[in-house]
Amino acid sequence: MSLNTADVKRIAHLARIEISESEAEATLHKLSGILGLIEQMQAVDTTGIAPMSHSQDVTQRLREDVVTKTNQREAFQKIAPAVENGLYLVPKVIE
Amino acid sequence: MEQRLAGHFAHPDPEGLRVMINSSLKQLGAMLAGKQISSVELTQAFLKRIESHNPDINAYITVDAEKSLAQAAAADRLIAGGKAGAMTGIPVAQKDIFVASGWRTTCGSRMLENFIGPYDADIIERFDAAGAVNLGKTNMDEFAMGSSNETSYYGAVKNPWDRTRVPGGSSGGSAAAVAARLCAAATGTDTGGSIRQPASLCGLSGLKPTYGLVSRYGMIAFASSLDQAGPMAKSCEDMALMMNVMTGFDERDSTSLQREREDYTRGLQQFEGRERPLAGLRVGLPKEYFAEGLDASVAKVVQQAIDEYRKLGAEIVDISLPNTQLSIPVYYVLAPAEASSNLSRYDGVRYGHRAAQYDDLMDMYCKTRAEGFGAEVKRRILIGTYVLSAGYYDAYYLKAQQIRRLIAEDFAKAFRQCDIILGPTAPSTAFRAGEKADDPVAMYLQDIYTIAVNLAGLPGMSIPAGFAEVDGKQLPVGLQVIGNYFDEARMLNVGHAYQQVTDWHQRMPEGI
Repeated sequence: MSLNTADVKRIAHLARIEISESEAEATLHKLSGILGLIEQMQAVDTTGIAPMSHSQDVTQRLREDVVTKTNQREAFQKIAPAVENGLYLVPKVIE
Repeated sequence: MEQRLAGHFAHPDPEGLRVMINSSLKQLGAMLAGKQISSVELTQAFLKRIESHNPDINAYITVDAEKSLAQAAAADRLIAGGKAGAMTGIPVAQKDIFVASGWRTTCGSRMLENFIGPYDADIIERFDAAGAVNLGKTNMDEFAMGSSNETSYYGAVKNPWDRTRVPGGSSGGSAAAVAARLCAAATGTDTGGSIRQPASLCGLSGLKPTYGLVSRYGMIAFASSLDQAGPMAKSCEDMALMMNVMTGFDERDSTSLQREREDYTRGLQQFEGRERPLAGLRVGLPKEYFAEGLDASVAKVVQQAIDEYRKLGAEIVDISLPNTQLSIPVYYVLAPAEASSNLSRYDGVRYGHRAAQYDDLMDMYCKTRAEGFGAEVKRRILIGTYVLSAGYYDAYYLKAQQIRRLIAEDFAKAFRQCDIILGPTAPSTAFRAGEKADDPVAMYLQDIYTIAVNLAGLPGMSIPAGFAEVDGKQLPVGLQVIGNYFDEARMLNVGHAYQQVTDWHQRMPEGI
């Protein structure tokens, strides 16, 4: 699968990263190199092999549905870019 | 570097200082317990060394003398009250990937330039509870993505053995800090080799434990199914003491394993003073780790280390890990895929960088992330986004997870023939700054011998095995020790036995 700059711009948009035309060109070259490396996988026959997501075949733990965290709104909002009255401020999304 | 250096520094005589900075954690513990030195004095001495050497080496991103000295004073009170543990009062450098309450925590990124930790990572809590001193936050590749420490927003780290060369990465700041004796020991994290490769390039000991042994709570996420924290120190004995602090179940990490507590120092003494201490140990040498791609100078040093193991009584067995070559493509699907998902949290809303100018919400996201992330991080997010995008999941992510099982099965088979695996940690000694910075694929090949261990979730370690002469400079070479799941104690024993008959781990660079 080879990429073109339109693909790079589409992927960048999916990833929510602004990219200029010239950056897309430069990125295309490097991404193609990495995808070339990844392509080696396709030569391997993996029919019937179960995918492995964790080295120890563990299952997710469950816990009691109880409150375990204390409210730390002030501490967390102290490091936020923009807050007002305990709310996070973002550009207007609803007209 | 942000610096708040306070008060007076201790002024031990030069010989006393030399002894102190080269002491093992056990020796430092004895000096502290015997009141030969206080934790405040020890901390001041290291802070002073940081002040003199860090402007050049750039191992630390943030130092806060006031905070460190307050912890040291508290440790001195514990010692005076007879309540000291093995790590009480010892100054430890923390990789800047661990969130620490009140400490700036950047993860090497512009995105978190002004992020002050609102809570403590699990391992920070554990070191605090042990009475250790947080000496500062060490430099690293941005979001732990890199093998040279050149992707840090806070500038590259220099290798103390040759300052024109890289220290490795991503835990390069921690490695350089230990090598230049700017801390007693340090922490690192290893997703594809980020503890072991810098340990190899800087001549120190570094251990990546079995996945799930050390909590990932408060450790800024890169690739969650691979990330694991571990110790970086001068010796295996030091690392055993640190493992006793760092490991343990944590319900806040869903992949943390519930196991009985272990004392990682328990077996160390059995090897001391014995003629053939490793008699009966079967050591496997994977033929794929000694094939094309390994520098001859590194191969020679590793071979000599293996000869030393033979003398210690180990039986050498030839083994094969046939899917080694595939570990790099598999890793560069899985790690970027998980990273693209993990790093989606940096949206400029709740914390971290936010662009100054934008039109609407979408524009704010896109500009914030374009400004906040560096080139390598963006590349990996793009690769991850691509392999996870509609229509490609089976061909990339699923396929990689299937080959991951083949890689893990290679090791399972190998461990039926041997108890421990030895080989090189990295294919070369430290390379020159800038040499691979513009070629991601060449950089990725640095991790050819380390990545499979992360994919399989096994413990892996690098210990100093000697030096190779490159352009008239002596550069450290690491020996990799790979163990079976939960076999860290044996790995540390095997490393300790070697460190009883060699002194590579005690060498220090000139001019520090």
